[in-house]
Amino acid sequence: MAAGGFSTSQERGGWVLRGGGRWDVEHSAALDAALRALEPAGMRSLSFRLGEIERLDTAGAWLLHRTLRQLAAAGIACDLAELRPEHQAMLEQVAIGDRPAPAVPEPLPPLLAVIARLGRGALDVRREAEQLLGFFGAVSAGLLRTIVQPRRLRFTSFVFHLERVGLNALPIVGLISFLIGVVLAYQGAVQLQRFGAQVFVVNLIGVSVLREIGILLTAIVVAGRSGSAFAAQIGSMMVHQEVDAMRTLGLDPMDMLVLPRILALVIALPLLCFYADLMGLLGGGMMAWLVLDISPGLFIERLNQSVTVWSFLVGMIKAPVFGFVIGLIGCLEGLRVGGSAESVGRQTTRAVVAAIFLVIVLDAVFSIFFSLVGV
Amino acid sequence: MNADAVIIRVRGLKTRFGRQVVHDDLDLDVRRGEVIGIVGGSGTGKSVLLRTIVGLNRPAAGRIEVFGQDLAVLPEAERRRLERRWGVLFQDGALFSSLTVAQNIQVALREHLHLPQPLQDEIASLKIVLVGLPADAGGKFPSELSGGMRKRAGLARALALDPELLFLDEPTAGLDPIGAAAFDQLIRRLQRSLNLTVFMVTHDLDSLHAICDRIAVLAERRVIVVGTMRDMLAHPHPWIREYFHGPRARAALGAPAGLAAVDDRS
Ligand SMILES: Nc1ncnc2c1ncn2[C@@H]1O[C@H](COP(=O)(O)OP(=O)(O)OP(=O)(O)O)[C@@H](O)[C@H]1O
Ligand SMILES: [Mg+2]
Repeated sequence: MAAGGFSTSQERGGWVLRGGGRWDVEHSAALDAALRALEPAGMRSLSFRLGEIERLDTAGAWLLHRTLRQLAAAGIACDLAELRPEHQAMLEQVAIGDRPAPAVPEPLPPLLAVIARLGRGALDVRREAEQLLGFFGAVSAGLLRTIVQPRRLRFTSFVFHLERVGLNALPIVGLISFLIGVVLAYQGAVQLQRFGAQVFVVNLIGVSVLREIGILLTAIVVAGRSGSAFAAQIGSMMVHQEVDAMRTLGLDPMDMLVLPRILALVIALPLLCFYADLMGLLGGGMMAWLVLDISPGLFIERLNQSVTVWSFLVGMIKAPVFGFVIGLIGCLEGLRVGGSAESVGRQTTRAVVAAIFLVIVLDAVFSIFFSLVGV
Repeated sequence: MNADAVIIRVRGLKTRFGRQVVHDDLDLDVRRGEVIGIVGGSGTGKSVLLRTIVGLNRPAAGRIEVFGQDLAVLPEAERRRLERRWGVLFQDGALFSSLTVAQNIQVALREHLHLPQPLQDEIASLKIVLVGLPADAGGKFPSELSGGMRKRAGLARALALDPELLFLDEPTAGLDPIGAAAFDQLIRRLQRSLNLTVFMVTHDLDSLHAICDRIAVLAERRVIVVGTMRDMLAHPHPWIREYFHGPRARAALGAPAGLAAVDDRS
């Protein structure tokens, strides 16, 4: 079958347009260009001879209809001849569909658009802060309620999430902490050896792993693993209106979805942190033994002298707080998902970024606090 | 082209999910240019049959030919070319949630035909109005539409490339009766002027009555009967009797008057 096309010529009765071939969507690009370029100057009337058209689909009929309308608007009398009945029907069908497209709002000038974006961004930040604060309040109230009435806790769900965020995270958290312990010991050794103070590498490892690195690494890994998972799970439930369905069944999403997840993180993070501390010390100790010849016995003795129980507690105190923040942000971002798959992705990313950011900010705040109280 | 040519030929089809056998030794022919309605109880495998024919489910056994080609053995590039010749409306719309309605319609126009943007816009807004959506629906996202509007938007997307073969899964479910009637008319007109073949899963007796040339009944894992509305009304199978003679059917078909109308058309 031939591509759709047409030719115009001047005959006795006036201008004639002869169309033929396939006037369909496959050939619509070329037809569109040709019909737009149709020069009506000098024409008074145009007679369409379209009997040779083999196929006229909605796209082709639309182009024909549009051309007829434009010519009529230019004051040119058009008549259709030889149109097959089924093509006639198609043309009528398309005419029904010709409604003025709704006006698209004018885009702002570039400079103004930048300012508008900035303003919207600022308002968004404010709104998000408000939401976070509100959600924090709601979750805190929910947690208190659960303490008063422990029966409200969805125990099965809680245990399920505890396994997911805690137990299943052990390999990755352990591996990363171990490796960081190794790196720390090695780098510390290289520097301290220059002063003949290699034995202080134990202080370095002990204090930094217990106070900061163990908990920070754990929190970051968990934010990436579980914060994102929370946001994506709750988010795709939002997309499919499952959360709305829950509400109509008289079930509180706070009890069903949010609290078990946050509680699981609050419990799991200290345990993971403890494990990360152990693995970090193990990695550091091994490296100290291999590179600096510090025997395990000596390592433990030095460790005993250099760290107090507070070094350990500082890390452990931060853990549940970080767990709470990661869970809070993950669930909140999940609940803020709109109707689209894209928004699930966006909120999931935000959940991870915001959680890591807040964890680090809080870590700084804790540092100041602990130095003020002198531990 | 032969008017009676078979456009979809299914032979000995067997589909299963794990141990559940959905179809067993199912045969079906769909002729070029006809509107065939697929009926059957909920869960009898109508949607699965549709998905299997368009190649989204792999059959456990049997042979499916569409446009005379066996999809299972067709090379990838040929398949893609074939897929452009049909449009599919899924039972739940399956619109791309991060694109607007107009963009949903334009996806195929852009990816396959590389049409210029103004023409794409015109075609999209034409399709939007044709399927009965308000003109301003084009800029909306699927999550901002009502259930019936999503259905229509799905139809507009299925019609984007003006396919020769249209698969519709319960197109009138969720439409108001006026909208459903307009939909029937649209399908009828498109079918007449484009010689469209329509494979339509539906429970809508009015649609079956108004636009289906033939009806295929799915039960007991097979297509048990294929025939016109008249054949259905005369068929002795208990489920078919229940379906076409139940209280709702009587209301929709208007009993004797309905019979007369069927006579007129055939
Ligand atoms: N992806 C799947 N995995 C497992 N089983 C499935 C799957 N899809 C469908 N089924 C099963 O196949 C059977 C047929 O389902 P199908 O969706 O085709 O029903 P249907 O005839 O379209 O029903 P309805 O009229 O309610 O839409 C059902 O029993 C369903 O449980
Ligand atoms: Mg179905």
